[in-house]
Amino acid sequence: MRLVEHFKHGLTAPICLTWELTYACNLACVHCLSSSGRRDPRELSTAECRALIDEFQRMQIFYVNIGGGEPTVRPDFWHLVDYAVDHHVGVKFSTNGVRITPARATALAGTDYVDVQISLDGATAEVNDAVRGPGSYDMALGAMRHLRDAGFRDFKISVVMTRHNVDQLDAFAAIALEYGAQLRITRLRPSGRGADVWDELHPTAAQQLQLYDWLVAHGEKVLTGDSFFHLNALGSAPLAGLNLCGAGRVVCLVDPVGDVYACPFAIHREFLAGNVRVPGGFAGVWGGSELFERLRLPSGGGACASCSAYDSCQGGCMAAKFFTGLPLDGPDPECVKGHGERALASVGAGAAGAAPRSDVDHSRRRGPVPLTLGRRAPADRACDTSPLAGLGAV
Amino acid sequence: MRRVLTGAVAFDPERPYRRSPGVALRPEPFGALAYDFRTRRLSFLKTPTLVEVVRTLEDQPSVHATLEAAAVPAAQRAAYLGALAGLAEAGTIEPRREGAG
Repeated sequence: MRLVEHFKHGLTAPICLTWELTYACNLACVHCLSSSGRRDPRELSTAECRALIDEFQRMQIFYVNIGGGEPTVRPDFWHLVDYAVDHHVGVKFSTNGVRITPARATALAGTDYVDVQISLDGATAEVNDAVRGPGSYDMALGAMRHLRDAGFRDFKISVVMTRHNVDQLDAFAAIALEYGAQLRITRLRPSGRGADVWDELHPTAAQQLQLYDWLVAHGEKVLTGDSFFHLNALGSAPLAGLNLCGAGRVVCLVDPVGDVYACPFAIHREFLAGNVRVPGGFAGVWGGSELFERLRLPSGGGACASCSAYDSCQGGCMAAKFFTGLPLDGPDPECVKGHGERALASVGAGAAGAAPRSDVDHSRRRGPVPLTLGRRAPADRACDTSPLAGLGAV
Repeated sequence: MRRVLTGAVAFDPERPYRRSPGVALRPEPFGALAYDFRTRRLSFLKTPTLVEVVRTLEDQPSVHATLEAAAVPAAQRAAYLGALAGLAEAGTIEPRREGAG
């Protein structure tokens, strides 16, 4: 069996585990995939977090991607990072930079096993702040400056690709070079508050091609969290990475209240596998959830099975389909053959139409009418280490 | 300061090797995941026998002896040596100093 087939059947533990520590966030990004803003009173306690790290260690989950919300606003954040590292669970955490002071940057630069990922969605303040909020560009660049000055090499700058920043790819690469950082670009998903803005922000078909061509030309140096495999049918060269949906197979999310979802972009009860607080803990959920067992079964490709591109794109992203109201066994809304656009037209107006919405929403309310759709917190995540690294072995 | 992988020495199967101290193996149906905590690099040992070889390198006087002890068929020796050379280059395994291990 080829290695990738093993991945489809699921591994003994995830390769790429995202752990969101809190729904609290100082920002209010319009595309926040977890609809973050306010802390949830049921969030895992420090002791529960430590017990979960112990479990990760027992399962040999070698590293976790910590996010939020803004994880660094948890008072026990640095303690938990240290605890994880001391227990051989490496950490990469995503932040908007709010707590990356010069002193903190120096401490981080002296710690192996910890990687930092700064979210930046525009190469200019104008483009970034329109999505992430006023002042967020300066905050991110301040954190980057502190990391660079402290000698922290190769931290990550993570960009969610939108209609307004595809033209800035070269500028992002220049910023990464300037700060001794590594560029990471990921796909905008219609998850969380992303559903509210997906129609207007997701790259156009022409931009998808532009993005694909840029990745083929620069892919060696740029991380993608394996998030653009739906574009593979645009050319003969597959993009670096696993190129299949890893949800519940090699990927999962633990949210701040301990709920385990199939992937970070799928916070919806439809993709809820269980909770780490029940007997059996995280290992029990990973190994025993009916949802995950189902996701590990072979899928025939459904409506896409007869498409010549199916082998390349594998039908695309489950979350992108779900939150735009498309059937999971049909085309991705951004299908490069155009099947997604036709499918969207048939179900309504895409994400803003009849699509299912998550019942998990921690957006800060503005004004007395909570029905108004909010605008808040940061997006990104998924794996940076290419799951195919080191495939040379036998 | 953060560590950087230094230049690798040429792979020599006559010499004793070992799994590098910063590398952990996680058993999987296909073989094992190998994670290098120093470089944060994840790689895959794609057969159970290769996992056995990597695990037992440190008990044997040479790579050749390890392959012998793990009963790797003669016809597959070259492929295994190629894979191990790759693992040595990546730092997953490293030469062991005689008498030190």
